[in-house]
Amino acid sequence: MKIGVLALQGAVAEHANAIEAVGARAVIVKNADDLAKLDALILPGGESTAMRRLIDYYELLEPLRTFASRKPVFGTCAGLILLAETIEGEAAHIGAMGITAHRNAFGRQVDSFETTLPIKEVSDAFPAVFIRAPKIVAVQDGVDVLATHNGEIVCARDRHLLACSFHPELTDDLALMRYFVEMVEAYQ
Amino acid sequence: MLMRMNMLAFHKQGDVFMSIITGSEVVKRGMALMQKGGVIMDVVNAEQAKIAEAAGAVAVMALERVPSDIRAAGGVARMADPRIVEEVMKAVSIPVMAKARIGHIVEARVLESLGVDYIDESEVLTPADEEYHLLKNTYTVPFVCGCRNLGEAARRIGEGAAMLRTKGEPGTGNIVEAVRHLRQVNAEVRAIVAMNEDEMMTAAKNFGAPYEVLLEIKRLGRLPVVNFAAGGVATPADAALMMELGADGVFVGSGIFKAENPEKFARAIVQATTHYKDYALIAEVSKEIGTPMKGIDIGQLAASERMQERGW
Repeated sequence: MKIGVLALQGAVAEHANAIEAVGARAVIVKNADDLAKLDALILPGGESTAMRRLIDYYELLEPLRTFASRKPVFGTCAGLILLAETIEGEAAHIGAMGITAHRNAFGRQVDSFETTLPIKEVSDAFPAVFIRAPKIVAVQDGVDVLATHNGEIVCARDRHLLACSFHPELTDDLALMRYFVEMVEAYQ
Repeated sequence: MLMRMNMLAFHKQGDVFMSIITGSEVVKRGMALMQKGGVIMDVVNAEQAKIAEAAGAVAVMALERVPSDIRAAGGVARMADPRIVEEVMKAVSIPVMAKARIGHIVEARVLESLGVDYIDESEVLTPADEEYHLLKNTYTVPFVCGCRNLGEAARRIGEGAAMLRTKGEPGTGNIVEAVRHLRQVNAEVRAIVAMNEDEMMTAAKNFGAPYEVLLEIKRLGRLPVVNFAAGGVATPADAALMMELGADGVFVGSGIFKAENPEKFARAIVQATTHYKDYALIAEVSKEIGTPMKGIDIGQLAASERMQERGW
């Protein structure tokens, strides 16, 4: 199984390591051509505004939209924002997932935090690192809410699309990555 | 290693109370990981901050003057007016960093209270303490610090820096010192990784580096925090060169807003940093972007004018 990591900027190596740790092959994606032959794609944490500029410089938006309409995609933090169909206060980017995102929802960096969360079908106690994290303020019908923090939605699945506000790639816990790999297997 | 973090609150999850921790090492170092592969740009007002954000900067550094102007102005360079920092924070959604003088506990606490996302304990400003750096692991806000070699890098990590940048020579538009410092740090990291464990205490003595930090470097096979390059990046090719040499990203100080066309330079430097091995692309983005900032030959700087000597 080949899982790409969009490598415009951000925590690319950390995701690639997690992919390899669960026995799949990690592929670095910088151009539209790199998307061919992938079974799935990860949109890593980073700065979503900067990633969007780089997506535009190389006309990656349409290829990413096409990919997300056909194959599994997992977005973490900035990746969640890129995937959301609606973003409060700004236009959507890839816009493939039936969620509404709110950027920097937990405050600035001094408010960034770590905690432990149960994630439905994944883990009873998952270490969740939130860094200037977004939240999901609304989900469309059929979207499965997998985790909440203080009542706010922080992880959800919409068909073949998965997104979380926090950074599983910054921890050693591979449960969420294994869950994504199972999603990809089931999809094939 | 001494570590402080704040237990902020508990939240109830089913029948169990879970802790919420801010200011931890994971959260601070993790913030820098999210900046990797990106460009952090110096800005002096909201308008420049918006240009930087629109060009694809991953963060901005809010300053009163860029380093080349600090050089030209002379005198004592201090933390920026909080009004400028707030103006920049309001203008953009990307993270905002600000500089405090080396060892200036109160400037750092003031910037933390303003809510900046990262503090640069910076040799670009006039040091407040010529013996001691800030004990950075006592703050909730993360810090980035400059380094020229492994000893400086490891001491700053030991004090709690969550991110490093090689110093270069700020405000010169001359990449030579940035190259020297990045090569030095990386060569010394490689030496530690290859070293036998029974040689490491003596290495700690010789490098002037905390033993525990060297053990962590050996275990990870790299520095435990993100290391950007800084101090002299003036062109897209300069930025790509630093990535080629193993930087995790680049700081551009005077190189953007002292260039003839800041928008074009900012966009071109961002693209060259992401695609640093795509030479045809670097050629393309380097076309017709105007002249870069005027540079300074390092040999023309007196020792007292070299900012890189600041820090201990």
